[in-house]
Formats: sequence, C-alpha cells, structure tokens
Amino acid sequence: MNDRTPARPTEDDNAFKQGLVQLIPHLRAFARTLTGDPTAADDLAQDAMMKAWDARASFQLGTNMKAWTFMILRNQFYSDKRRSWRQTQLDQEAAERTLVAVDDPSAPLALDELRRALNTLPDEQREALVLVGAGGFAYEEAASICGCAVGTVKSRVSRARRALQASLDSGAYGADGRAAGEAMSSILAEADRLSGAR
Amino acid sequence: MKDKPEPHRKPRVKPHESDLAEARLRQQAIGVRLRHIFDEVVNEPVPDEFLSILKRADDRNRGGA
Repeated sequence: MNDRTPARPTEDDNAFKQGLVQLIPHLRAFARTLTGDPTAADDLAQDAMMKAWDARASFQLGTNMKAWTFMILRNQFYSDKRRSWRQTQLDQEAAERTLVAVDDPSAPLALDELRRALNTLPDEQREALVLVGAGGFAYEEAASICGCAVGTVKSRVSRARRALQASLDSGAYGADGRAAGEAMSSILAEADRLSGAR
Repeated sequence: MKDKPEPHRKPRVKPHESDLAEARLRQQAIGVRLRHIFDEVVNEPVPDEFLSILKRADDRNRGGA
C-alpha cells in the first residue's frame, strides 16, 4: 500500500486542469481590474491559478469553479496588498504600460476614461461592480466571493455606479480646460515619443 | 409638535421623466463600457507562461510518484 498515491484519480485532475485553463482569460480580466496594471495582474492571475491547482483536492466537482477561482484570486490580491505589493497610486512605469496595453487605435477614448475612473474607486466597490457588472455573477455569488452579505454587495455596486457617474461627469475637462479627449491624445503622443526613442 | 418631523434633506423635487431616462441611459453606457473593458482582456490571447507553469506543476504531479 502506497500512502503517496494521489487521493483522486488523474482523470479528475485532467478535468480540473481543463476547467482551470478555460478560466485563465477570466482570471486575467478580474486581476486586471483589481490591480489596474497588466504586468502585476498577470502575476496575480498566475499565483491564483497555482493556488487553485494546489488546492484542487478541496474543490467540489460540479460546483461553480469560476466563483471558486475568483475567490482565490481575490484573497491573493488582498494578502499581497497587505504586504504592500500594490502602491496606492500607479507609478509612472505602470501608467505607461497601461497605455501601451491599449494598442487598438480604434478603441474609444471613453474606455480609458472609465478605466481611470475605476482605478479611483475603493477596492470593495470596484470588485463588487466588476463581479456583477462584467463578470457575470449574481449578487449572491459575488457576496460569497467577497465573503460579505448580499445587501452589502448591492450597496457597494450602487455606490460604485454613482461614483463612476460623478467621476465621468466631472472629468469631461482636464485641469487645463482642454477636453479630456484632447488631453488623452497628448498623453498618448507623449507615450509614443518615449517609446519611439529606441 | 409635529407628528411627523421632516428629515432635513434637500427639498424634494420630483425628477422629470426625461432626467430619469437620461440617468438610466448613462448607467447603461457605463455598464456597456465596463463589460467591454473586461471582455477585452478575456479575449486577449493567454500568455504562454500560464500554460507552461501549469504544465510543469502537472508533470511534477504525475512524475513525482
């Protein structure tokens, strides 16, 4: 008798792995909205993926794997953050990477405006809004991912929506009075100039 | 003594139907953009690193016996 024989047959591992691979794009997207920085987000998503893999024996087949992995990613985000891995403000380098990541020239500037507004939200509001508004989770599922009451998720989502609206309304013009679109173009031109120096 | 004290809030102005409709539209627009931002990442190709890390772990799992 070998004690080291895995408790579960490999077929279960294969099914788990397949499910996990399918979730990677979603984990990356959730991580991107939490961190606001593509590189940090992929580090976070990889950590969460490996945590999920290592914990696969505790996953109940047939339950919501997406919610389970999102909860792991979220816990990882907050524990990293407690170790002050994420700066309160995006540093300059991260800001540039974010701009470069938006490499679709036809992407409407309004998206960048919303991205920035999202980054100003408190973490709890942002995650609640993203889970419900983009991740496809019901309020109940979002509540179990965040470990809070359903009512709390609802109020966070509605506060997030109001805050975004207010932020977008007030951000229509830059500090220097130019239209935000114009300000964005000049930021992009500046990023272009910097990266074109090679 | 009033039997029903009015809470001190801004005077209750009945919002116009059109204002409500506009607010709803603007929230819808935010929702659409939010999903767009999320889906944009979902639709990105997954960096090879993810799959190779997972494969290494899986190989260890199988070969480690």
